[in-house]
Amino acid sequence: MDRREGEGCPRRNADAAQDRDVNSSSPVIAAFKVFQQELDTKHDKHERLVKISRDVTIESKRTIFLLHRVTSVSNTDDILKEADVKLDAVRQKIGQIAEELRGEDLFQFHRAFTPGIQEYVEAVTFLHYIRHRSLISLEEINAMLVFTRGEQEELKGSVEAPQTGGPVLTFQVTPSDYLLGVADLTGELMRLCISSVGNGDIDTPFQVSQFLRQIHDGFSYIGNTGPYEVSKKLHTLRQSLGKVEDACYALRVRGSEIPKHMLADVFSSRTTHLEPEEGVV
Amino acid sequence: MSVTEMFSSIQGSLSADQDVREDIRKVVQALEQTGREILTVLQSVHQTAGFKEIPSKCERARELFSTVRTQIAELKTKFPTEQYYRFHEHWRFVLQRLAFLATFVVYLETETLVVREEVAKILGIEVVREKGFHLDVEDYLAGVLIMASELSRLAVNSVTAGDYTRPLRISNFINGLDSGFRLLNLKNDPLRKRYDGLKYDVKKIEEVVYDLSIRGLAKDP
Repeated sequence: MDRREGEGCPRRNADAAQDRDVNSSSPVIAAFKVFQQELDTKHDKHERLVKISRDVTIESKRTIFLLHRVTSVSNTDDILKEADVKLDAVRQKIGQIAEELRGEDLFQFHRAFTPGIQEYVEAVTFLHYIRHRSLISLEEINAMLVFTRGEQEELKGSVEAPQTGGPVLTFQVTPSDYLLGVADLTGELMRLCISSVGNGDIDTPFQVSQFLRQIHDGFSYIGNTGPYEVSKKLHTLRQSLGKVEDACYALRVRGSEIPKHMLADVFSSRTTHLEPEEGVV
Repeated sequence: MSVTEMFSSIQGSLSADQDVREDIRKVVQALEQTGREILTVLQSVHQTAGFKEIPSKCERARELFSTVRTQIAELKTKFPTEQYYRFHEHWRFVLQRLAFLATFVVYLETETLVVREEVAKILGIEVVREKGFHLDVEDYLAGVLIMASELSRLAVNSVTAGDYTRPLRISNFINGLDSGFRLLNLKNDPLRKRYDGLKYDVKKIEEVVYDLSIRGLAKDP
């Protein structure tokens, strides 16, 4: 018995080896080689998009930090200009995303770049709010994301522009990415409000609370018809709104009693009292 | 544009989106129903009596696939073609099941692996994304993997039904599939998870073949 199996084994192995040789030229293997290429191309593209998206996120975050300095500096124009330059660089990166997506289905790779786009929306809306005290619309954001290709392509474009329909490339931010970006914006506005109180700015908190309330109403109007993530962010939005409204309350009640230079102290002690409560809620 | 206007315009686009999803869901439900019917027809090949009727069962399944084709044609009208991946998750599952059923039917008929083009033809869809509603390569591969586990079951049942040569043929076929999948660099995604199950199917079939050969029941090659 033992011996027979011992003899059988090598033969079986030899058979298997033969099978494999036959298989390597079989139609199945040929078909899978095609699939391999197709999947690899797709995964590579996905990875590249994730990388660009990460760069977009980092640069947008830095822009937001830069914009927070507005409250403590007298000359805001310089900061806003610098932010514009930074966001232009971010837009170049988004141009790369658009380049990768040329001829592709935007939604096939949407997951790869959605975090970056949301962060970008946050930065752009924040800058727009500081400058104009209003909410930038989705159309305006999309209008900024129109790219004309580099010189190399332009040369080519000049030859065959009539056929290709021009070297213009657009990137469309989806409504849900826009919504999520705006939801993040509210957190930044809350920080802006608190820090402007610290600098004795009495007007900004009221403007911000007005604006935040409008955004909150808008989100309540959308409710749960939106994507799942929106309803998750609604909770943080309420917290931010609560903090800002409390800040305005404190300013109104105490503002008339306390000399302006002491307001900052009163306010900061009040926010520290608030923190533990937030945890319970 | 005021904040309120902004939000109401977004709300409009969101609810339009939901309407489209609702329509798609209805058609997909009908598709799932047809898929289950085909599966029921094909399941009978596992019964002892069913083995002789494989050709007629396949014919019946092919008839049902014409219903699938009309249903998919209806699905195509529910959304703009270039937004395939936006709604992909709604029909991904059912499309994988249908790909499995199509590959299974063709295997039962010819004992070969059906190419993606052929599956797409059976379902009445395209292969290349540019041409419209298509069969994603990952969905096709997922369908093939479902078939592999169905075949390991078929190997066991064909022995019970007294057909001792089929497991050997299935074994050869599955080994070919296995070496095919080995060529792919799969990411850590659902397809990879499903592929990890393939080795158990291979093992199961090898055990059946082993049982047959030590008893001298398998035909000598």
